[in-house]
Amino acid sequence: MFSLATLLVVIAMAMTLIRAVRGPTPYDRILAVNVHGTMTVLLIALAGFLTDRPDFLDLSLAYALLNFVGTLAALKFFKHGHLGEEQ
Amino acid sequence: MERLHVIVLVILLIALAVTLVRLRSLLAIAILTGVYSLIMAVVYTLLDAVDVAFTEAVVGAGITLTLMLAAISLTTRRETKPGKRKGQRIVGAATAIVAGVALIYATTDMPGLGIQDAPIHRHVAPYYIETGPTETGVPNIVTASLASYRGFDTLGEVTVIFTAGISVMALLWRWGKDDR
Repeated sequence: MFSLATLLVVIAMAMTLIRAVRGPTPYDRILAVNVHGTMTVLLIALAGFLTDRPDFLDLSLAYALLNFVGTLAALKFFKHGHLGEEQ
Repeated sequence: MERLHVIVLVILLIALAVTLVRLRSLLAIAILTGVYSLIMAVVYTLLDAVDVAFTEAVVGAGITLTLMLAAISLTTRRETKPGKRKGQRIVGAATAIVAGVALIYATTDMPGLGIQDAPIHRHVAPYYIETGPTETGVPNIVTASLASYRGFDTLGEVTVIFTAGISVMALLWRWGKDDR
């Protein structure tokens, strides 16, 4: 059961990866990367149950917190063209 | 089954690495490097190196994209075409291949994943497990190793972290200046 779910998540990761590589606009890439990060969180949580160590859940929670740092930085960059300069 | 997942993820990694080499848009490269780090972190987690995985995720997916974007905003968005000189490219390819082959050769010496009588488990670990609680008086073996057997090492680490904290404070804290 968990094994099948993990496999499906890996396939979903591959699909988001294709979107991230093909683009064509940066927004496609950002979205794909964000979804990919979510898939990573899911995969680590599932891997924890797969190997009978549900304490991996903490790890995936921390990854979920990390996931949008890069996304926020990228979106700020696309909006302003820089990451905050001297006014 | 777990091994199959690792293999699939490594195939994804190789495909991604080839794409990264071929891409010319630095923005796309910066974004995709984050994906590379995330997949790498999952591989580390599946191989039971949770601490390495976490460092990879924090540095690779968390801060690198931000730093790369800052660098791109100060420089340029597109990579120039690589040099047309044939010698240059051959030297680059040769360096990469030699380094790769050397690394792969080095792994042939390593004990198998999770093998019980690997040198690291036979050398000093049994001694620490056996005499740790009585010798140090600390019931938790991890604490005993960190605070007693590796006390100086831990002191060094704490010094590094303390220095980093002071540096961040010095950078963020605008001493006495009120020019907002």
